[in-house]
Amino acid sequence: MYDKGKILTGLVLFVAIVAFPFWWSLASGAEVRVPDIAKPAGETQCLEDAETMRREHMQLLATWRDDVVRLRQRIHTTPDGRQYRKSLTGTCLQCHTDKAASCDRCHDYLDVAPYCWDCHVATGER
Amino acid sequence: MRVLVALLAVLALVVVGWAGAGLPWVTGIVVPGVAFAVFVVGFVVRVIRWGRSPVPFNITSVAGQQASLPWIDRSPLDSPKNGFEAALRVAADVLLFRPLFRNTRTKRGHDRHPVYVPERLLWAAALVFHYALLVVILRHLRFFLEPPPPLVGAIDWWDGFFQLTTPVLYMTDVLLVAALVFLLGRRLVDRGLRYLSLPADYFPLFLLLGVALSGLYMRHLGKVDLIAVKELALGLATFQPRVPAGLDAAVFVHLVLVSVLVAYIPWSKLMHMGGIFLSPTRTLANDSRRRRHVNPWNPQVAVHTYAEWEDEFRDKLVAAGYPLDTAPAAAPAATSAPSSESVHA
Amino acid sequence: MKKTPDELLQAEWSPAGPDWLDPTVDFEARRGSWSYPAAPKNLKYLGFPNPREWSPTDADWKLPDDWQAILHRGLEERLAKYRSLRLFLDICVRCGACADKCHFFLGSGDPKNMPVLRAELLRSVYRKDFTTAGKLLGGLAGARALTPEVLKEWYYYFYQCTECRRCSVFCPYGIDTAEITMAARELLNLVGLNINWVMEPVANCHRTGNHLGIQPHTFKDNIEFLCDELADATGIRIAPSINRKGAELLFVVPSADYFADPGIYTFMGYLLLFEQLGLDYTLSAYVSEGGNFGLFTSHETIKRLNYKMYAEAKRLGVKWILGGECGHMWRVVHQYMDTLNGPADFLEDPVSPITGTRFDHAASTRMVHICEFTADLLQHGKLKLDKSRNDHLRLTFHDSCNPARAVGLLEEPRQVIRGVCNHFFEMPENTIREQTFCCGGGAGLGNDENMEMRMRGGLPRGSAVAHVRDTHGVNQLACICAIDRATLPALVEYWAPGVEVTGVHELVGNALVMEGETPRTSDLRGRPMLVPAEASHV
Repeated sequence: MYDKGKILTGLVLFVAIVAFPFWWSLASGAEVRVPDIAKPAGETQCLEDAETMRREHMQLLATWRDDVVRLRQRIHTTPDGRQYRKSLTGTCLQCHTDKAASCDRCHDYLDVAPYCWDCHVATGER
Repeated sequence: MRVLVALLAVLALVVVGWAGAGLPWVTGIVVPGVAFAVFVVGFVVRVIRWGRSPVPFNITSVAGQQASLPWIDRSPLDSPKNGFEAALRVAADVLLFRPLFRNTRTKRGHDRHPVYVPERLLWAAALVFHYALLVVILRHLRFFLEPPPPLVGAIDWWDGFFQLTTPVLYMTDVLLVAALVFLLGRRLVDRGLRYLSLPADYFPLFLLLGVALSGLYMRHLGKVDLIAVKELALGLATFQPRVPAGLDAAVFVHLVLVSVLVAYIPWSKLMHMGGIFLSPTRTLANDSRRRRHVNPWNPQVAVHTYAEWEDEFRDKLVAAGYPLDTAPAAAPAATSAPSSESVHA
Repeated sequence: MKKTPDELLQAEWSPAGPDWLDPTVDFEARRGSWSYPAAPKNLKYLGFPNPREWSPTDADWKLPDDWQAILHRGLEERLAKYRSLRLFLDICVRCGACADKCHFFLGSGDPKNMPVLRAELLRSVYRKDFTTAGKLLGGLAGARALTPEVLKEWYYYFYQCTECRRCSVFCPYGIDTAEITMAARELLNLVGLNINWVMEPVANCHRTGNHLGIQPHTFKDNIEFLCDELADATGIRIAPSINRKGAELLFVVPSADYFADPGIYTFMGYLLLFEQLGLDYTLSAYVSEGGNFGLFTSHETIKRLNYKMYAEAKRLGVKWILGGECGHMWRVVHQYMDTLNGPADFLEDPVSPITGTRFDHAASTRMVHICEFTADLLQHGKLKLDKSRNDHLRLTFHDSCNPARAVGLLEEPRQVIRGVCNHFFEMPENTIREQTFCCGGGAGLGNDENMEMRMRGGLPRGSAVAHVRDTHGVNQLACICAIDRATLPALVEYWAPGVEVTGVHELVGNALVMEGETPRTSDLRGRPMLVPAEASHV
């Protein structure tokens, strides 16, 4: 009793499962692609440099939310002394006007679903 | 000593990964590629090697009432009557770890006599570990697929349901590390387990811990550039390898640890992931009196036939009045050696 | 046994001492826990290699010169023949779930009796010879070279496993130590390392038809003697036919059932049952053994001994075979016989001539267990019984390893016991049914020189019996295994004094109300029954 058929079927299944990303990509014709982020027109400076903003923007927004909602502290001062109102829609989205291009492209690319939009409405959206 | 060897081996791999950041094409493309190939080919070869050895006998280990008389309640999962029920048994073993759920611990009771108490911690930890690992692996598909399928996003959302910390802390990450720490801890604390454990038992635990902790570091502390990570991963998945700029050294540590883990599977006890589907004591139905199980090498053996037996004990058989096949006069002289005649079924 | 139960209970379950890779076994110091080697005459008769006089306490075990090559080839061959062996050597994760499931570990505290480590004894050599990691890393990968010390350790520990398969039930992958032990014993046999308590029965059985070496005339005498005893006890004179052609059924029992107390009372029970039914059956002196010590030797030897069963059924022209109460016999009949010596196409579908029930679950082997047969009779109310004749007995039931974990024969004997007895009490749930504990003397280890290990291995069973003795006043330990009936009396005397061992069909025999019987005041053993003689005639 060798169960050859069952074993081979199992192995084919195994290979199909572990190689899933490969054949899925081949089948869907996926290319290596990097999202194209829209930079605000006319503005050259964000709160901090781009690398810091990439790493820390989620933390920053979460901190802002707590500061505003719990402590009523509404003013953010950057290390170089500039002051901004702590507001996603009122500050960030004023420069990054196109949410789809500024936020969603990266988030969708990495399958990140920030819960900002559970409450907030992006400017222009209903 | 055995613990230390395994720990040092994993630490050395961390250093290798760290240093490997300087050779991104090797560490980022070649190593994972080769590791994956070793994993798939090694796994298949190992299973085929098992498959080349037959299952000569139906040796089901029965753990419940057989199917015999219609009024007796039987246990389909513990004494499967047919192949379908045996498949359900294997499925329950694979998906629910039923045998471990049955586990007991023997304690000294009254006058040091043994008593048996349910012991389900190992079952729980093993189940948590395996399912958490499965979810973690599925979540990683977001790096390898473009666009990521909705199911992966759904898993991600549920896994981060409690929205603790930013970025969200995954439940499975916590459970995975906790289960690994428990599994490692019991090996170290339980004297019996420590006695029998080999470096090969500690090594995968340390390795998995290394993988999980480097992953947690990248997400919550190092905050590595995920756009670059996905570019690397997509390159691998689409066979269009490229090494983007801005990859953190931690990514290479994580990659090397994962690569070693998957390449290690075919050479190690981690092959239980394939073996559990082939274990003859569980995959066979308890139907060996109902259906004949065929042994491809059914041996030819020397037997003692009735005729030889009758010849050997003829005088005694006659004296005791036994009915005989051959009349006494016609019989040859008695012999006491076993027959050279062979039977073959 | 010099050591007291209290002393044995001191064994510690948390191992200390040298690393398990160290194989040293001091046989002199461990007398009482190993079995004597096979006498050369038995090996010669069977054609087994390396027959010689030797003792495990000798420094030189007189192995063949190329013993290492023989064992290497032997293991290679078995890896190719048994998927179970290769798989079980490969996939154990040493989770330790099996560790405290072995009766020998619980009784001795010897860590190498943990099933996982017992397997590691063989696995370590497999790693060294057959795996890349073992070849490269050696001891670091848990690999060991096959030295004379390792071989001696194998002899000690693989003849210290009763192949009861309890550990297998708890293993997440179903790793069955019996498969490991059977393979290891086959290897040991290749270089002449066997124990006499296995090989003598094998040689006897091959020659005479039974393990005890009882020759046909003595077989007949024994049966007649038991019939005389039965006539004295019940007034019923029975003369079962032997080697009769044309009977409907061939009835096969373990030889202890017509040879030794308490098995003989079980045998009387069978005879009374068949007499009341008027069953058309025959015994056979050629197949005067249901058991098969080949199971403890090699798969080839299983076949050599088991060959007789179908051969005799064919010669006598019976319709199907009925088998008596025996444990390992039923492992062989249920899991090996049809494969090795089938197909039984010369027999008919097993149908009870009394109830008409078709035993479909035995449609291929065409051999039915007597408990299945009797449970069916009871279900259909075919027996004239007086249960109160067993009222002096307070029963518990010991599931024998093989009927439980090879066959799944759990409820049938219980239905029989409940059908013929009023006082039945189960032992604690972790010690019965599929979790049952071994008697400590199976697989050829039930010899006297191994008595200390038997009593150690008997601890879990003994404790459970003592428990129901103390809580329910149990005085009878019922079982359906001839090895049990041979080994449990010593076990209960040691661990649970005051309890006697009985076969299930002895209880049936006690309860059967026979036509023309003398007034019954005592049971088959001559023990007074609680019921007055007149009341027993229902």
